[in-house]
Amino acid sequence: MLSPSDFLSIPLDDWVNSLVRDWLVPNFRPFFRSLQWPVTQVLKSLTGFLGATPMVVFTAVLSLVAWRTAGKGVALFTLLALCFIDAIGLWPETMTTLAMVVTAVFFCIVIGIPLGVLASRSDVFRAILRPILDIMQTIPSFVYLVPIVMLFGVGMAPGIIATIIFALPPIIRLTDLGIRDVRNDLTEAAVSFGATPWQMLMEVQFPLALRTVMAGLNQTLMLALSMVVITAMIGAGGLGLTVFTGLGRLDVGGATAGGVGIVLLAIILDRISQALTEKRSVQSPSLLQTMRGFFATRRPVPLEEPERAG
Amino acid sequence: MTTKISAKNIFKIFGNNPDQALGLLQKGQSKEEIYASTGQTVGVDDVSFEVAEGEVFVVMGLSGSGKSTLVRMINGLIKPSAGEMLIDDIDVASCSRDVLRRVRREKVAMVFQHFALFPHRTVAENVAFGLKIRGVKPDERRERAQAALEQVGLGTRGDSFPDELSGGMQQRVGLARGLASEPEILLMDEPFGALDPLIRSDMQQELLELQRSLKKTIVFITHDLNEALILGNTIAIMRNGSMVQIGTAEQIVSNPADDYVAAFTRDVDRSLVFTAQSIADPAQPLDLANTDATAALAHMETHGLDAVHMVDHGKLAGIVTYRDANTAVRDDVALKHIMQEDMPTASAETLLVDLYPLAEKGLPIALTDDEDRLDGVVAPQAVFAQLSNGKQ
Repeated sequence: MLSPSDFLSIPLDDWVNSLVRDWLVPNFRPFFRSLQWPVTQVLKSLTGFLGATPMVVFTAVLSLVAWRTAGKGVALFTLLALCFIDAIGLWPETMTTLAMVVTAVFFCIVIGIPLGVLASRSDVFRAILRPILDIMQTIPSFVYLVPIVMLFGVGMAPGIIATIIFALPPIIRLTDLGIRDVRNDLTEAAVSFGATPWQMLMEVQFPLALRTVMAGLNQTLMLALSMVVITAMIGAGGLGLTVFTGLGRLDVGGATAGGVGIVLLAIILDRISQALTEKRSVQSPSLLQTMRGFFATRRPVPLEEPERAG
Repeated sequence: MTTKISAKNIFKIFGNNPDQALGLLQKGQSKEEIYASTGQTVGVDDVSFEVAEGEVFVVMGLSGSGKSTLVRMINGLIKPSAGEMLIDDIDVASCSRDVLRRVRREKVAMVFQHFALFPHRTVAENVAFGLKIRGVKPDERRERAQAALEQVGLGTRGDSFPDELSGGMQQRVGLARGLASEPEILLMDEPFGALDPLIRSDMQQELLELQRSLKKTIVFITHDLNEALILGNTIAIMRNGSMVQIGTAEQIVSNPADDYVAAFTRDVDRSLVFTAQSIADPAQPLDLANTDATAALAHMETHGLDAVHMVDHGKLAGIVTYRDANTAVRDDVALKHIMQEDMPTASAETLLVDLYPLAEKGLPIALTDDEDRLDGVVAPQAVFAQLSNGKQ
């Protein structure tokens, strides 16, 4: 049978090799290395903080947060799950993983929300961004682990960078979607009162898109957790490493313990972040209110009085 | 009265090549032909009008007539394809973005059909929105928002969220938001269209009452001719992007410009449009001091009247009917004794709807001014005739 390879062969692998090895690595390695710096700083302070917090204090605080946001059930689950993790001897690994995930999510927010806002404002930018996001979501992460190691080296920070690449798309997409979904007459009203584009974003669009943005954040968080084991392959620690080591030594018990730890952490983070999404659907996003929400029970809204006639 | 808004030959083409469509329009092609050949829609076609300061200018038309597009061109939410839209002396169609923003912040506020309240803010915050955008300090903002809420009768609901209020209340909030920034011009895009009929007529009355003290320049959009007639000092009727007729309520109902307008006015409640003035006859009163019963009788006979009004020192004193005058002549009684002091009176601006019960007494209705001087007389038959007029 006739096939195109009889006449034409494209050495894609050679091209990529020479692009990465002969051009990117020698020329841009210092640049990529310097990108690690902010990641390392955030990670360091988080790891330091979580490492220094006693298990009992951390468990109490997180359970309290779960109670205020997601209710009694989730709070009880959080308490039991964290005690269980401690009991199976994986507390330090869990804290490392938590620090990594939170760092990755932090950078996803810092990068993703502005990109999402830009995408919502410009159709051109969105058209360019979309295929990139598609690639980021579909390309197997093993494919970019190698160039990441070549450019960034091995360790925690490169692992977090791989996690950011993997977990970034949902928050960008849902920020874009949330802002585009804001009712047209509301943006029109804001313009009619003389709002500048920035005022419009901060006063109307972003607060109203917040619920969707939070849903994106929840997805980003879950994706970041799912990268934990994979990043262990390039030298990141935590629960992923426990699983990865267990895998290498055919230590079924060790791998299972690490896996259970990841699942429990995932459920806790998922429930709390989902509760945040639902609760603040129409409320003002101010930090003060959020903090107040943690400590004060919400009064039920008084029933509507009938329309006054005349 | 000074002109506040002045639109000069406004066009709006929806499509990717407005200049081409404008050219074709000037060559005399119809909107349908232009749509068929270029795929572009003519939204507003050569509209000019002027709105005087302090008047309620109602633009009435069916959906798709271009009225919402027109009102959005007054505050620049939509840019005209051609023409000038002057607010005072600023052309909002061509001014810079900064100037346009200043016009929106200081001169023009808008009230929307579906209220367009921000669901994430309290009622008071919604009302203060325009002030916040302008950079007014929080304390002053709160005070002025509260004052605006009190104007619309919602002084106690500032801390509620919009979705806790009924539709009518929500639109009051929308109105308060418009009033809070103290604009000179209020644009109202079918503000009562989404409300049920009872609440709508309440809101119309309240708007009229507010307008009596506020004296804003209001451009009001509606698809309901009755609403237009109740609210408008001037009414403009739009059809298919063009202005068909501009005039007062009475002009439009009594002299529709074409069949389209006539079709609308046929079902109009005429009693809400026409004033006593429109059917009044000139007054022919007699002076009580130097008239006797015989003279009164003679006067009524020459003019073919059933009754005559008497004045005393220029002021309306009473009414003498033909029958009573006849009796008085026969029995030789002074005119003063047969004169009825209790009689139907109204003012020149009284609407026919309020004149109707007075007419039922069968006596001519005296139209008096503030100082009790007789302006004119309305025969009861004239009231019934005008009301049945135009109804087939």
